[in-house]
Amino acid sequence: MNGPFATAFSLIASGDPALMLIIGLSLRVTLTAVLIACVVGLPLGAALALARFPGRGAVIVVFNALMGLPPVVAGLVVYLMLSRSGPLGSLALLFTPTAMIIAQTLLILPIVISLTRSVVEDLWAEYREQLRSLGASRLRAVPTLLWDGRVSLLTGVLAGFGRASAEVGAVLIVGGNIAGHTRTMTTAITLETNRGNLGLAVALGIILLTLTLTLNAAAWGAGQWARGRLG
Amino acid sequence: MTHARRYILFTASTLAIVAGLPATAQEFITVASTTSTENSGLFGHILPVFQAETGIEVRVVAQGTGQALETGRRGDADVVFVHARAQEEAFVADGYGVQRFDVMYNDFVIVGPGDDPAGLRGAADAAAAMAAIAGAGASFASRGDDSGTHVAEKTLWAAAGIEPAGAWYLSTGSGMGATLNTAAQVPAYALTDRGTWLSFQNRGPLEIVFEGDPVLFNPYGIILVNPERHPHVKAEQGQAFIDWIVSDAGQAAIASFTVGGEQLFFPSAE
Amino acid sequence: MRAERDLAPPPTTGILPLALEGAGYAVGGKALLSGITLRIEAGRRLIVMGANGAGKSLFLRLCHGLIDPTQGRRRWASGEARAEAQAMVFQRPVLLRRSVAANLDYPLALKGLSRAARREAVARTLDRFGLMPLAERPARLLSGGEQQRLALARAWAMRPQVLFLDEPSSALDPSATRIIEAMVEQFSEEGITIVMTTHNLGQARRLGQDLAFLHRGRLIEHRSAADFFAGPEAPEARAFLAGDLIW
Repeated sequence: MNGPFATAFSLIASGDPALMLIIGLSLRVTLTAVLIACVVGLPLGAALALARFPGRGAVIVVFNALMGLPPVVAGLVVYLMLSRSGPLGSLALLFTPTAMIIAQTLLILPIVISLTRSVVEDLWAEYREQLRSLGASRLRAVPTLLWDGRVSLLTGVLAGFGRASAEVGAVLIVGGNIAGHTRTMTTAITLETNRGNLGLAVALGIILLTLTLTLNAAAWGAGQWARGRLG
Repeated sequence: MTHARRYILFTASTLAIVAGLPATAQEFITVASTTSTENSGLFGHILPVFQAETGIEVRVVAQGTGQALETGRRGDADVVFVHARAQEEAFVADGYGVQRFDVMYNDFVIVGPGDDPAGLRGAADAAAAMAAIAGAGASFASRGDDSGTHVAEKTLWAAAGIEPAGAWYLSTGSGMGATLNTAAQVPAYALTDRGTWLSFQNRGPLEIVFEGDPVLFNPYGIILVNPERHPHVKAEQGQAFIDWIVSDAGQAAIASFTVGGEQLFFPSAE
Repeated sequence: MRAERDLAPPPTTGILPLALEGAGYAVGGKALLSGITLRIEAGRRLIVMGANGAGKSLFLRLCHGLIDPTQGRRRWASGEARAEAQAMVFQRPVLLRRSVAANLDYPLALKGLSRAARREAVARTLDRFGLMPLAERPARLLSGGEQQRLALARAWAMRPQVLFLDEPSSALDPSATRIIEAMVEQFSEEGITIVMTTHNLGQARRLGQDLAFLHRGRLIEHRSAADFFAGPEAPEARAFLAGDLIW
């Protein structure tokens, strides 16, 4: 497969503006969605790990199941919400990057919540008595446990990032794949495939995978460094 | 400030910043059109001309015809630009659109494997060609998605008095490009608009095996979404786009669009 | 707004003596501790002994407040069932994934001390226990003995009136054990009440002033350690000291 690699390389080297725009948008949408999912999902997952209430088991099962929420379904739900004929139509968010961020956040959130709950639950079993002895309430223990489990939690965050950067169903429906405005790597690949430009589509795929690989390598390196520094 | 309150404040401001990410201050309209039109590259050619003249950015959401009309019905687009006459007229009749204008036409062609096992090349007309395919049980890739192309295909089968069914009839349920990819693989016959075909790269063994019958003409219509139905519709700018595309300038822009030296779309505005 | 506090002085009201009155703890209908009545006096070193499964660890947790009695009562001198100014050290040290200094800082931050006060307290603690060279080391990378030393130092920094220790040296080698025992003795000299479980008879003899002997969740003997080792009254206690297996 020499052609597509050469194409990918020359596209990057030439700094093709349309491509740069597409890459920029993909990163902006997915990274923002990951950020929001973490801000909301990390404490929620930790709280779920520590709390005891009737129906807790069902909540956990539901979030675990939602990790497999089909992106196109998530996209459809957000589309129906944001459509002018829908409840939130007056926000005029359909076919904008914001809508794409919302849809991807919905996809990433269950992953962050479920994996955080799992990590924090294990940590709590280990720390519970000592933390209580030191004077930490359950609520106060949440940030402590999150920080202590940060390396394991990073894996969950990366899984969320991977899921979002790879999906096309959600961003295609709510974004509309508008050239120069809501076109991401995955929707561009879909477009070029439909046009029969398979070589270009594969080249774009190579670029996308390289981006994801680089990000994961960086995260791994950071994790290793953190492990060495702080045990 | 307690940890929890500080955290909630941080979360809220993050969300506010993200949600408030600017819609560009520039004027724009949203046009719901079809994937075949987008795939041909027409919009990349004519829209910059319109924007240069009026300063209005046109954002095209390319979907199947059925989905594009639904987008218009929901008020998620300002203008609808598709090629399915009967459905377009119903759209206007039901009050979702203001008025339909002819814009251009291209034609459908039947493509198939170069060795033409069903012998279409000699067919007298489109109906005979379709009958030949069914008669020979030769593989046929259909879009199967209620798009304009699919509707046209169904009309042809009906004219030939045939209900297509069987292992040879592949209903892909996908866009024109994907259907052609399938046809190139099998290989199979397929009905496609000339525009998509001319810019399609992955032809494999496929060639045009039948063309020219007037029933294969594929007219495009443009409709402003009814502002009485959806008050937020950008009626003024939308109408400006329609006015431009049926004007001499717009029609000339359409006619000047070529792929590999061939003109894809033929202006037809009155 | 939290008031800025210096290194928190211990509450002016002592929380000891701690009184258990017919205290019991049952789980799923099964009584794991029952009918325990005793007073833990201030300034003493109480060793709690018993065979495996006698309920020593549960007893400690019951006194400390990690579990509440399902029967009977627990009362501190203030008359309440719960008290601050306590600390506990477990058999395996539970340290956070941060530096040694940060681990010492953590409970002080929980108490609401100002940053300056915490810095001073941490420095004083590091110095007191010879942990200065290890201050920025990741706590989890310390040896077992060093980690337990840190756990004890952390407990001391909290200025407890009573310190509970659950077999603090059973996972350590003899030299580390000696260090831990020395620390416990120092705490005791400072006036901190010690309640400690151990299955090491030598350790009990070395450190014990008072001794409580548990057997199957019941308090069998509670006397001065000297009297106990001179001649235990209960047959189970005698068997235990003789080295016979009893449950």
